Amino acid sequence: MNRRPSVRLSVVAPATLLVATLAACGGGDDGGSEQGGGGNTVLRVQAAASLTDAFDQIAEEFESQNEGVTVEATYDSSGTLAEQAADQAPGDVLATADENSMQTAVDGDAVAEGPEIFATNTLVVVVPAGNPAGIESFDDLDADDVTYVACVDTAPCGAIAATLIEDAGLTNEPSSLEPDVRATLERVVADEADAGLVYTTDAMSAGDDVETIEIPGAADDPTSYPIGVLEQSEDPEAAQAFVDLVLSDYGQGVLSDAGFGSP
Amino acid sequence: MTRGLGRPPLLLLVPAGIGLTLLLVPLVSLLVVTPWARLPQLVASEEVLDALRLTGLASLSTVVLCLLIGTPLAWVLARVEFRGRSLARALVTVPLVLPPVVAGVALVSALGRSGVVGSVLRDATGVVIPYTTPAVVIAHTFVAMPFYVLSVEGALRASGERYDAVAATLGASRWTTFRRVTLPLAMPGVVAGAVLAWARSLGEFGATVTFAGNYQGITQTMPSLIYQTLQNDRETAQTLSIILLGVSVAVLALLRNRWLSAGAGTAGAGR
Repeated sequence: MNRRPSVRLSVVAPATLLVATLAACGGGDDGGSEQGGGGNTVLRVQAAASLTDAFDQIAEEFESQNEGVTVEATYDSSGTLAEQAADQAPGDVLATADENSMQTAVDGDAVAEGPEIFATNTLVVVVPAGNPAGIESFDDLDADDVTYVACVDTAPCGAIAATLIEDAGLTNEPSSLEPDVRATLERVVADEADAGLVYTTDAMSAGDDVETIEIPGAADDPTSYPIGVLEQSEDPEAAQAFVDLVLSDYGQGVLSDAGFGSP
Repeated sequence: MTRGLGRPPLLLLVPAGIGLTLLLVPLVSLLVVTPWARLPQLVASEEVLDALRLTGLASLSTVVLCLLIGTPLAWVLARVEFRGRSLARALVTVPLVLPPVVAGVALVSALGRSGVVGSVLRDATGVVIPYTTPAVVIAHTFVAMPFYVLSVEGALRASGERYDAVAATLGASRWTTFRRVTLPLAMPGVVAGAVLAWARSLGEFGATVTFAGNYQGITQTMPSLIYQTLQNDRETAQTLSIILLGVSVAVLALLRNRWLSAGAGTAGAGR
């Protein structure tokens, strides 16, 4: 605990730089697209964190098909987004990683069109590249010296994880329940955990940073992704067009490439 | 006293009113919408008791750590001439402006299993810091100690070195001077700093969840519990917030009567 200031400094500075750089990269897309076209319609898409890569690609296609429309996608945990939508937070399209969250928005009279299921996802075990803890199967997580992480059970990925852990009778509990699936994946990518329970799609997006192990029976417990047009949308037509693109062969192709199952 | 100075100008009263409203409306709203009926049942639940216990433990440990290492640090910054002192002073304030999540990322890169220091520690001793209660205390101390150090350093510099010099001429060693003269003079700053650090620790979420993790009874503090509950049950989250609010207001009210008003002026001078 008695860290010397110099050690702390040398760590903080690069970490701050890294984060600043990442933030700059993220912001770059927005800055560039705002100038596109003369129409200047902004379509606000609120989507579950696990949809990040697929929806970024679909949004790009949507912008190229619709001159003057900018898609501003926000990725967060499904529950948070649904609560915000039910609270009439500005937004045009809502896509969640489970039906319960979407129901929150529906109950809040925030969904005008839909919801419609557009994809499914299943959980897998991921381990850091090289599999330092030598985990070969889901049951291997049950060793006391294995540190693994999952989503918090109020998030869709965590609810499924809790079911799978219970069904398999694992007595070794997760070391941490992370707020969302991206945080869970990050623990594994950074080698801060021996294993993590994430969606197939997250495992694929991490590429060579992780190795994937199937969970027996996970396919029987998929999560369904619903999408809908929000009541508070200022441009319901454009919002519906985006939903249609997600449901189209093109959108389904992108989702399938990202590892999603079809509904 | 006010009469002699004339009426308070509207130019000051109106913004002051807006400020007060901004601070009070959200808190009052929280009190209004909270489903109070569920409060007793929630307070008695194991999950909430665990989180309250951990929040109390972590915030008190943070204050103790601040007293033990923050006080000497503040003293060195205020009293010892050394090369790079102004740089050191500036660096102490960095965690103040760092978003808590970034503080968490920085802590992971330092003390995580694969971190710069953490990996050496793990290879040498097998000790892993994240996912443990000490990790929560480390995260809290990292974000809270700057408040403490600034407050104490401000008090030390405001009280000046005159009394230290007098003590020295009377034959007191530097340690005796620190113990019997310097520290008592800086006491209002110490108390105000400790309260600030305690309050910062009580509400800390981002650095904790990023570095230490989130697990009931081990790393899950009240803010983490509130955040995860908010994902699917806003009413419960509101009630939990009331519990945390109640605890902090009660402690602040207790302290304010005894200490805080005396210390506030000195703390302000330190910033």
